[in-house]
Amino acid sequence: MTSDLRDLYQEVIFDHYKRPRNNRALEEANHHAQGHNPLCGDKVTIYVKVDDGVIQDVAFEGSGCAIATASASMMTEALKGRKLEDVEKLFHGFHDMVTSPPDAESPPLGKLDALRGVREFPARVKCATLAWHTLQAALRAHDHPVSTE
Amino acid sequence: MKMDSEVLRIPALDVAALRRDFPLLAECVNGKPLVYLDNAATTQKPQSVLDTLMHYYAHDNANVHRGVHTLSQRATDKYEAARARIAKFIGGVSTQEVIYTSGTTSGINLVAQSYARPLLREGDDVVISAMEHHSNIVPWQLVCLQTGAALKVVPVNDAGELEMDEFERLLGPRTRIVAMTHVSNALGSITPIAQIIKLVHDAGAVVLVDGAQAIAHVGVDVRTLDADFYAFSGHKIFGPTGTGVLYGKAALLDRMPPYQGGGDMIRSVTFEKTEYNELPYKFEAGTPNIAGAIGLGAAIEYVERVGVGAIAAYEDELLAYATRRAAEVRGMRVIGTARQKAAILSFMLDGVHAHDVGTILDNQGVAIRAGHHCAMPIMERFGVAGTARASFALYNTFEEVDALFDGIARVQRLFK
Repeated sequence: MTSDLRDLYQEVIFDHYKRPRNNRALEEANHHAQGHNPLCGDKVTIYVKVDDGVIQDVAFEGSGCAIATASASMMTEALKGRKLEDVEKLFHGFHDMVTSPPDAESPPLGKLDALRGVREFPARVKCATLAWHTLQAALRAHDHPVSTE
Repeated sequence: MKMDSEVLRIPALDVAALRRDFPLLAECVNGKPLVYLDNAATTQKPQSVLDTLMHYYAHDNANVHRGVHTLSQRATDKYEAARARIAKFIGGVSTQEVIYTSGTTSGINLVAQSYARPLLREGDDVVISAMEHHSNIVPWQLVCLQTGAALKVVPVNDAGELEMDEFERLLGPRTRIVAMTHVSNALGSITPIAQIIKLVHDAGAVVLVDGAQAIAHVGVDVRTLDADFYAFSGHKIFGPTGTGVLYGKAALLDRMPPYQGGGDMIRSVTFEKTEYNELPYKFEAGTPNIAGAIGLGAAIEYVERVGVGAIAAYEDELLAYATRRAAEVRGMRVIGTARQKAAILSFMLDGVHAHDVGTILDNQGVAIRAGHHCAMPIMERFGVAGTARASFALYNTFEEVDALFDGIARVQRLFK
């Protein structure tokens, strides 16, 4: 395996792909949205429970590639207990991390750094960002499904 | 005995020599020699096609059917010579019946709007199959919305073969047009198109054949098939993108209104009344893709030189080998196992998404398609969001099939 491929498929990615965290419907959610990647037909639903401006719980349903599934799983872990005002910042931080040129600096994002290798695979950026775009739609309470297009 | 002598007349392909005709095959991808197995999406172009395009722009470029000057005549002669070559290639039809299009999609839309739309009434049926490409679904949905006609879909069995009993049951007195693929892009199934056309004619309707995947891989003779319309794309038969052909029977084309209005499709224009040009120009409004059409002629000349029979026989061997190898891989499921198949291997690996297969193979220099192949309904029929698809052409080798399976083994090791 070349180094680029190892950057993309890190052990932690496989771990989240094979044992996705918070991979369920959330009955008590007060925000949810569906996301769709028309390129591959993958669909994801994000459920969020927000109280007092804080994400109390978050979960996802749907199945996708290793990158999409791991990204959704890791996102749910990163969001729990976050204030809504921090979520927007985190979204932009994540988006910049996976879309910036491979040699560009972007601030560290803790465990989410495992997805930094995606930026070397432009065709896979949408896999990594699907859950995040869907999260934004859920929090903005759009009724219609979002798409990565 | 007849079969035997036919087989003997087909020369084996000198694939190593053919590969040298395609400059792009010498590319390296991610540091590995390119293994190009995405031919159902588009084919690579031989040097003769590239030279033809270059020569046209460097020496002949002018508009067609207009100028009295020498270049215009030269461009027109080459443009029409390519049409004549295509007419001969698809079964010796009249050049009046060969309409240049921008590809299969525009050919199908032309028939949907110019043939079907004026004809269809509420209560009429349009019949398609469950394994059509979106380009042979959506134009019919549009025309059904416009006219109130109903869209009926012929199911396929678990192997990816048309359910012919169901097909016959769907054909009725209100069936006006049947739009059917010749070769499924997602599964590789070859439909019994001659039998289909006969059944449809007996029911008093017409057939449009989507030949996008057939044209470079199985011999196409629209006259023997008795097809009413046959659409294909140039770029899938080693020609330039943005080219294509719609064949239509002159008797049908004559009765159809133009699809688009503009220059070249008219005989005379006044503000009161416009007289349309004769076939095929009635359907070729505006300055066409002249270089592309001439390039497509060169591509067809190339295919004729290699021989369609030899290509089909060789690709059958490649497919048989790949299918045998696939059967030996634990956790690999081939989607599309029709008895009659073109060289397309659509597959799933247990526990691995097609996109991950595609990325890891690409890292090895192996180019395949991963996804729904613009045929979402047939993906749903097989209960998958998408597949990985290797599709072969005359320049692929048995070693490249091995490279594909080396890559698949690597994917499985990684996802173990």
